Amino acid sequence: MNMNSGIVLSQTDGRPLYQQLIDRIKRKIALGDWSPGDLIPSIRALAIELGISVITVKRAYLELEHQNIIHTQQGIGSFVSQDPQLGSQLNRTELGDHIKKAVQLAETLGLDEDELIKLIKEHSHKWSKT
Amino acid sequence: MTELALELIGVNKAYKHFQLRNLNLELPKGQIMGLIGANGAGKSTCMRILMGLVHQDSGVVRVMGHEMPSQQVQAKQEIGFLSEDMRLYGQSNLRWHMDFIASIFPSWDDLYAQNLCDIFDLNTDQAVKGFSHGQRVKAGLVLALARRPKLLILDEPTTGLDAVARYEVLTELMEVIRDEENTILFSSHNTYDVEKLSDTICFIDQGQLVASNDKERFLDQWRRIRIKLPQGTDLPDSIQVVNIKGSGQERSIITNSFSPDLVSNWTQAGLEVIEIEHLSLEEIFIAAVQKSRRLKEEVCV
Repeated sequence: MNMNSGIVLSQTDGRPLYQQLIDRIKRKIALGDWSPGDLIPSIRALAIELGISVITVKRAYLELEHQNIIHTQQGIGSFVSQDPQLGSQLNRTELGDHIKKAVQLAETLGLDEDELIKLIKEHSHKWSKT
Repeated sequence: MTELALELIGVNKAYKHFQLRNLNLELPKGQIMGLIGANGAGKSTCMRILMGLVHQDSGVVRVMGHEMPSQQVQAKQEIGFLSEDMRLYGQSNLRWHMDFIASIFPSWDDLYAQNLCDIFDLNTDQAVKGFSHGQRVKAGLVLALARRPKLLILDEPTTGLDAVARYEVLTELMEVIRDEENTILFSSHNTYDVEKLSDTICFIDQGQLVASNDKERFLDQWRRIRIKLPQGTDLPDSIQVVNIKGSGQERSIITNSFSPDLVSNWTQAGLEVIEIEHLSLEEIFIAAVQKSRRLKEEVCV
């Protein structure tokens, strides 16, 4: 079994490593690289692969467990949660975050609802034609 | 209870111009501990005491369960040590050194040694005197690692290495802890290496332990908080404040005990919290050392 995660962390991302790692793992699940029920690398194995402390990976896994994204069975390993909707849920959460930021920026610029929606439409190939 | 790989309790050691004072340290098995300090802070002395090369004036030192220095013969079987003042025999090649260590330590793993030489790109037939600084450090690491010791004590293993060599060395160090029983203590003045690898971090300055904590807690509790200080409002006068900079209404405060409560207390006191930032280990180290030195001066005055 190849347990190489293929995760790459950034050296210039200002956030703490554990937060970066949480995001990378969520992304892997959202993309479907890691499917519900999959066994994921052990904390120690991932720490060695990424060259970061065991304690940092442990913290990321604990946080992901709290969010019910992964679960750990003592002595067996950590798994992606069985929820089949998990991938699309994570994508929705990310979309929600982006929209929130867009709305905040629009408010700062004094745009109203219609103007913002018009701008969003301009950025979609599908909607801009209609 | 977690077993300890090493333990220092109230250790003192006085030299003419330098003093190690009341050092307390413990490192559970399976972890990596990074020791950070300026030059002459006491890192090497601390490591020599752990190796039984220097005897403490007072205090208890236990390494892999062995009392030091009285049981150093047993302890040394389990420790791999690397320091800058370890000399290789210039006339001999690395192969000769490897055979020599193999003849002393039955745990020597020659396959692993050769594998490491390949990774580090070391020629085992070349006389060691022709090695560069980086090659010497890597040769020393091969000799320490291939004994497969349960505890590695490495004094500045990455100092003077180029970026690629440093990466190779750090990668091999991480491989060591694939075995959950293995423990590493290393010192560095490169805070980035320590920040990345260590589970626990200790700051040493002027012979004293300035701060010690698990890394995640360090990075969580030390924050920079940018505040707006409306006129007529007093600065937060609390022990949580390590340093304050800024003028006018803006202040940037470094705290070593960040919590949401701290922020809400300040807000209630009339301060406006603008931003809360994380710090790099280097920033934390400098702030911690400056505070410790300031406190010492105040005591002296």
